[in-house]
This record gives sequence, structure tokens and C-alpha cells, in this order.
Amino acid sequence: MDTIRRFSSFTAGSLRLIRRGPAAYWLWLAVLALLMLSGAMAYGEQLRRGLTVTNMRDQVSWGFYIGNFTFLVGVAAAAVVLVIPAYVYDWKPIREIVLYGELLAISAIVMCLLFVVVDIGRPDRAWHLMPFVGHLNFPRSILAWDVLVLNAYFLINFTVATHILYRAFHGKHYNKRIVVPLVLLSIPMAVGIHTVTAFLYNGLAARPYWNSSILAPQFLASAFCSGPAILLIVLQLLRRFTRFEIQDQAIWKIAELMSYAMFLNLFLHGSEAFKEYYSHTEHLLYTRYWYQGLDGHHTLVPYAWTAVAMNLAAFALFIVPRTRRSWVWMNLGCLAVYAGCYIEKGMGLIIPGLTPDALGEIYEYAPSMTELRVAAAVFATGFLVFTLMLKVAVPISLGEFVGERSKI
Amino acid sequence: MGTESMTRRMFHSCASAAAAGFVLTSCGPKRLYEADKDRLKASIVELERQARERTGVDVKVSDAQAIPGVEFAYALDLSRCVGCRRCVYACVAENNQSREPQLHWIKVLSMEKEKGVDLAHADAYYQPETVPEEGHFYMPVQCQQCRDAPCTKVCPTGATWTEKDGIVVIDYDWCIGCRYCMAACPYGARHFNWTEPSIPKNEVNPNTHYLGNRPRPKGVVEKCTFCIQRTRAGRYPACVEVCPVGARKFGNLLDPDSEIRYIIEHKRVMVLKADLNTAPRFFYFYAT
Repeated sequence: MDTIRRFSSFTAGSLRLIRRGPAAYWLWLAVLALLMLSGAMAYGEQLRRGLTVTNMRDQVSWGFYIGNFTFLVGVAAAAVVLVIPAYVYDWKPIREIVLYGELLAISAIVMCLLFVVVDIGRPDRAWHLMPFVGHLNFPRSILAWDVLVLNAYFLINFTVATHILYRAFHGKHYNKRIVVPLVLLSIPMAVGIHTVTAFLYNGLAARPYWNSSILAPQFLASAFCSGPAILLIVLQLLRRFTRFEIQDQAIWKIAELMSYAMFLNLFLHGSEAFKEYYSHTEHLLYTRYWYQGLDGHHTLVPYAWTAVAMNLAAFALFIVPRTRRSWVWMNLGCLAVYAGCYIEKGMGLIIPGLTPDALGEIYEYAPSMTELRVAAAVFATGFLVFTLMLKVAVPISLGEFVGERSKI
Repeated sequence: MGTESMTRRMFHSCASAAAAGFVLTSCGPKRLYEADKDRLKASIVELERQARERTGVDVKVSDAQAIPGVEFAYALDLSRCVGCRRCVYACVAENNQSREPQLHWIKVLSMEKEKGVDLAHADAYYQPETVPEEGHFYMPVQCQQCRDAPCTKVCPTGATWTEKDGIVVIDYDWCIGCRYCMAACPYGARHFNWTEPSIPKNEVNPNTHYLGNRPRPKGVVEKCTFCIQRTRAGRYPACVEVCPVGARKFGNLLDPDSEIRYIIEHKRVMVLKADLNTAPRFFYFYAT
């Protein structure tokens, strides 16, 4: 009975926090709602007419949706891997932001799952994937593995984040016996979700562009760039708009770690390019399509070089202590990382993997308006989830909002 | 009082029937793969109703099972094929592929003799006045019915599998349309219904098989099944029958006297993308 009362006071308190905010907050929510509405309408059309309203076809059977999915799995993984220095080295400045990494991971997984749902031809049959209720082809299908690890990862992060907040709300410290093992488990799980997602592509001998053992390490390297890039911007916003204190040191440390990850990412890309160009087999086609275009098909070439330029620029900005400690340069670096990794993980991974197709045909894919609108709505949903969670989490973790003795 | 007990008895029997039905449907096999004989019989009635709804035609759905001692295989004579694409359209008509938009299970590739079998320079959209063209040869590609099929391995819901006679099939009512199998197939043999398939009523082939050419809904994957509705009834696939130059051969791999065995033993056969170890049941050869 007491638990129920305490839980309902937590829920009511959270709702009260969400319902109050400055004009900017409501404007932000309105923008997200508009994007979600537009995407819902586009998705309605897609449900009615089928995936023909996308520009995907038999030749390029996965596109923008699955590209975004892949990128966001990386974000979800990397957000939590920041936990490593916090818990392994007991490094205080990062420790306090772990909770926010977890909230980011939760939002990213929500977006991942939504991107899969909007991509499948029969969302009404999604339950066929559920073990026991449907039939999950485990362990043969790597997609089955991905379903399991993504959901498990979601549950772990959700449990830890709500537990910490729930306890803080009632003025208590979190239970170490629950949180520490789960956080420790979430570290290999974070590496796991991204590795499994890489293996999803990696295991397909039919697609030489993906069938390279460098894929999983490269996935992790680029995730350790893009995840922290988002987190750095979020942390600065939090610092500006709330009483939340984050030491400069923590932010600089993360920026420094990102430069190493970016070096690794560039190195792995370089190794792959060397192998393809120097050995010059028939498998070079896909890499050539991405960097140079093939037979007059050049749609992706500007994206490819933008990604390379952005990643190089970000590496330079983060490796030099002077620039990474300058807020302007550091934020530009974050945007560059975000753009670079988003392009290489989204369009740069999926499209050249499928172009030319298995029989050598070149179908030039670019997302349709419907795909862009639906994707924008999925991002808006993720941002909405993240915003609302922050709205509750920040005051609670700052101790500004506690149980019945609330100060607000 | 009599009426009351009647009602009560009726209620009990109805309730238990409903409960039994619920238990059977929710705990029983869900995929056609697991369906036993009786369940399949019941499903066929439902599938025929569905097919009638989709096409407006009285469609017969056969549940013919694999014949013991039969493993089908195919051989295609590259030196004979003239690239006329009759196989493509015979397949469309036989297997109820969508006409609008068009969906083809067979793709004929035009290749330059100088380059040999070279997919990177193949052209699927050749349109000369007459075929064959000077300096070209043709390579039709369809599902290779692999022994180690990458598509069935990756399917997350087990909606596609290999039958005992070697035919790789899809349960159109279980497929969720994730298209992982299409990414995994090295032969571009799997096709997706990007929108509701449509066939003019008078062009529907009413002789169908539950794992083959029965009408498909939108949002699921489909592919060549060696004309399972024909071959399990002792006939040749439509593409074999229609080929004007006799380039297509089909038969039982387990029968030492079959034509397919003759070809494998007396000609030099090859498989497409042998390095991927998919071990196709579809062979290419040069008879002359």
C-alpha cells in the first residue's frame, strides 16, 4: 500500500514537472509535435499504399530508415560507454553525467525500435518476432539477436535510470546492490548492441562492402564519436539552463576521448580503402560508388567527401588542446562529428552496400519526401522522450524536487 | 427450469468450445511450416477464401507435399539461351506475379561475350529490335534454391525455409517484410511487394499451391519456387516448358536416369558465385 502511494506520488510529481515550463519549453514541444504530426500523416500514407511511397526498391531494399537505425544504435551504445571511465577509474566529474547518458540511450533505443517498425512491410505482424508468442529464429538469425539485445539494453537502462530517480525523489540514495551490477552489465551490453548490429551486415557474404571484418570495430569507433558529441551539447545546454553543474574538466575529457575514437575511426576507414583500392578486385565497385561514383552515377559522392572532411576537421579540433577547450571550436567540432558520423553510418553504410545490387545493377537511391517526413517524426519522438525525461530527471537529481517536501 | 438448464448447458458447451478454440489457435502451430496435416487442411480453406477475396476468382490452393525420393534441380544452357524473355513472362502468368506494378521472378542479363560471365557489366534492360545481339550472350537468373541458403538463415521469424524436395519457400502469412533475406540473397532472387499486387481477373492462374503461387498481399517477400504447384504434380516449371530453344532443363537429382543427372555427368556445369558456398540447385552449363 505504501509502495503504491509512493509510486503514485512519484508519477504525479513527474507529471507536475512536465506540465510546467517557460515559453521556450512549450515552443520546443510544439515544434516536435508538428514534426510528429507531419510524420504520422506520411506514415499513414505509407501504411495505406505500402512502401512504394519510399524510394526503396528491390535493388536497394534498405535505405534511410535502416541507416538512421544503425546510426542511433551507435548513439545508444556510446552514451553509456561513458560509464566506463566513471566506474572503472572512479572518475568523479564524469560520474554525475552517467544518468544523462542513460537517458540519452533510452531515447536512442526508442528511435531505433521506431525506425525498424516504420521500415517493415507488415508492422501488424511485428508480434511474430516475439519469443513464444510468435517465432523468433534464434540463434540462427542475427536480426533475432539484435531484437533481444536491443530490448534487454533498453530494459537495463530504463531500470537503472528510473531506480536512481525514484530513490532520489524520495530523498534516498540509490540501492548499490541493484545499480552497480546493472551498470556494469550495461557496459558489455552497450558494446554488444553495436557489435550485433554490425554483424547484422557483416555476416552477409552477398554484400562485399559489408562483409569485411573491420566493420564491427569501425562501428564502435564511430559510435564513440557520435554518441559523446550529442552528449556534450546536451550537457552544455543543461549547464546553461539549469542549476546543474558540470565541470569544464569533464567536458574537455570527453572531447579528448572523442579525438582518440575519431583517429581510430579514420584509421579503420583508411585501412579499408587501402585494401579495396590496392587489391583492386571486383569488390572495389561499392567503395568506388561511394567515393567516386560509378558509370555516371554520382549522387552519393558529395556526401562521402563531406563525411571525410567533417571527420578530419573534428579530429583536428579535438586533438589540439587549445581548440577543444574553446567553446566555439569544440561545439563546431561536435557538429562536424555529428554530420560526419551520421552520413557515413546512414547513407554511407547502407546505400553503397546495396549499390550496385547483387546482379550488378545500379539503382540510385535517395530518400523520398515520405521517408524524410517519417524519419523527422521518429527523431522528434526521440527528442520528446529525451526532453520529458530530462524535465523530470534534472530537478530530482539536483535535489530540487523531493517527495512531499517539494520546493517547487 | 428446463429452459434455464438448457441455457446453462449451452453456455457451458459454448464456453468450453471457445476456450478450446482459443487454446488451439494461440498455442498451436502458427507458421505453415509447423502445420500438421489436419491443421493444413483447415488452413487451406482459409487460404482459398483469402485468395478469392484478393483476386475475385475461385482459386484452388493445393497442399501437395514433397514427394519422397525427390530433390529438384535445374540446369540452364548458356550456349542456347537467346535472351527472348519468354520465360520471364510465362513465369509471371503462371505464378500470379503482380502486373501493376510489374514484378518478375526471372531476370535475364545480357552479357558481352568478350567479358564472359561478368555481373558488373551485365545489362538487364537490353532492348534491341531482335535477339540475340551480335557479341552478346544471355544469362537468366532466378532463385538458385541453395542448399545452404543465406535467406532462410537470416529470416528473423522463420517465415522461409527449405522443403524436403529442395525448394526454398516463403510463408506469405508469416513474413513481416523486414527484407533481411533480400539483403542476404547473392542472386537478387527475392522480390518485395512494395504495394498491393494487382492482376486482371481474367489473367489469374487459379491453380495454386500454398507455398507457391497463391496470391500475395502487399508488404511481403516472394520468389521463384520451381513452380511448386506444377512440379509436385509431376509437371515441368512454366519457364522450362516455354523456352523455345530448350535451354532450360529440370528434374530429380536423386533419379540416376533423369536428364538433370545426365547433364551433370556429361557436361561441365557451374554455379553462380561459387565462392559464396551457397551450393545452388541451379546449374549453368554450355552444351555446345
